[in-house]
Amino acid sequence: MIDMVYAIFDPDNLFLKYAFIMGALASISFGIIGTFVTIKKIGYLAGAISHCVFGGIGLALFLQVNAGLTWFDPMLGAVLAAIVAAVTVGLVSLHAKEREDTIIGTLWAVGMASGILLIDRTPGYFNLSSYLFGDILLISSKDLLYVACLDALVLSVSILFFNRFFGVCFDNEFTSLRGINTSFFYLLLLILTALTVVLMVRIVGIVLVIALLTIPSAIASFYAKRLWQMMLYSCLFCTLFTWTGLCLSYSWSLSSGPTIIVLSGAVYLVLLIIHKFLRS
Amino acid sequence: MQNDHQIILNNISFAYKQRNVLENVDLVIKKGEFASIVGPNGGGKTTLLKLILGLIKPDRGVIRVFGKSPDKVRQQMGYMPQYAHLDMDFPATVMDVVLMGRLAKSNLWFSKKDKVEVLTAIDEVGMTAFVNTEFNELSGGQKQRILIARALCSSPDILLLDEPTANVDHETEENLFSILQKLNAKMTILLVSHDLGFVSKYVKSVICVNRQVVIHPTTLINGAMIKDIYHGDLKMVRHDHRCSEEGHTHD
Repeated sequence: MIDMVYAIFDPDNLFLKYAFIMGALASISFGIIGTFVTIKKIGYLAGAISHCVFGGIGLALFLQVNAGLTWFDPMLGAVLAAIVAAVTVGLVSLHAKEREDTIIGTLWAVGMASGILLIDRTPGYFNLSSYLFGDILLISSKDLLYVACLDALVLSVSILFFNRFFGVCFDNEFTSLRGINTSFFYLLLLILTALTVVLMVRIVGIVLVIALLTIPSAIASFYAKRLWQMMLYSCLFCTLFTWTGLCLSYSWSLSSGPTIIVLSGAVYLVLLIIHKFLRS
Repeated sequence: MQNDHQIILNNISFAYKQRNVLENVDLVIKKGEFASIVGPNGGGKTTLLKLILGLIKPDRGVIRVFGKSPDKVRQQMGYMPQYAHLDMDFPATVMDVVLMGRLAKSNLWFSKKDKVEVLTAIDEVGMTAFVNTEFNELSGGQKQRILIARALCSSPDILLLDEPTANVDHETEENLFSILQKLNAKMTILLVSHDLGFVSKYVKSVICVNRQVVIHPTTLINGAMIKDIYHGDLKMVRHDHRCSEEGHTHD
């Protein structure tokens, strides 16, 4: 434990310090957005969005190398792809009643596949697994700034429109009868989800990000009586899991993303069994 | 249009997946009406309610509520959906749920006045003791009452309820109806009921929906046999006679 503290503050391990700060900062957005995703049951949509992000990363790398657009970095591509995917996925789920899951599933796979094809056509070597499963070595101080900005955005939008989001998640139909534009707030929620997913890709990667979005909130729902409580608990659980996961991955030389996910998944499973057992 | 005709459906047709749910429906609901919509499953009961609320648009025909298009006057209508479609794990207190009835375009947060209105509405359905209880810990009948309170706290002129007595026992049903009967003094009430041929004693009319729509005033029957079956005083709908000044025949 003491070794771990020393390791974090060791100037040679700047990346580790960044990873811890990133974990805590990202947990704020993750707790809030993850709660919405969990109660609105749109984890599947969030999954599709996160995989489409890979298409954006591929496009950015492709344009950087082949078209000389050096300013088009993968982060920008990821953000753009995430927003386009969020709006598309949102419109599909609002309007395509019967074929919704088929269309979302297609977007999910095609987004991912087109990213890989674009990278195939880009000269040079790219470490794909760092995007897929996360790599804390890649975290820079610029990333920390991005995440802090995202936190500010997510917090202010969520506080401002808390009652509307509550309505849209709990009873969309009734909320629309009260004169609220529910489609707009639904799409806004998906866009915030998309941005959150992009920024967390650094730590846990595209494939695993959905688990970290939903598991802390699922655990929080065991203890929360009100929506804001669920958000607060999710933030705390998310921080706890990322920090503990980072410690374990550092001490045992494991990949950080998968360690965090396996840890939180295991805790969730145990708590789920305890709660089901206690209730019955 | 007469002033007391609050809801007017004129030659309405609505199809879902190429199947006609409602066909050439004409219906007038007057101010102060207390009517139950009955009919077989898939007969168009909920569709009728959603058309009146403006949640769906008819394929043909015109709907007027207070003489206007339904989506213009939504604020004057209170709606209680079936609670079964709500998420049973949603973290919310009774207060949180009823406050939804005070959602409005004009304000982002709830005011003191909103909270007062909510407490009055909760009191009206006799649930004051449960204000801070988790919504999901309530029984089915209590949830229905809370959703009625949510519909009430915007002081609507028309109250629309979708199966308010689904999954509740007879005693709870009586209780709900006596609350509704009191409210009927202030507002028009339309409710969907799943029971065909059996309508509680409180209702003034019955709207039969099965692609076509027919409205009947209820007629009292004191049959001891029916009393035995349903353990209460009931009104029966008679489909075999011409009735009242609005009279019609089935043919």
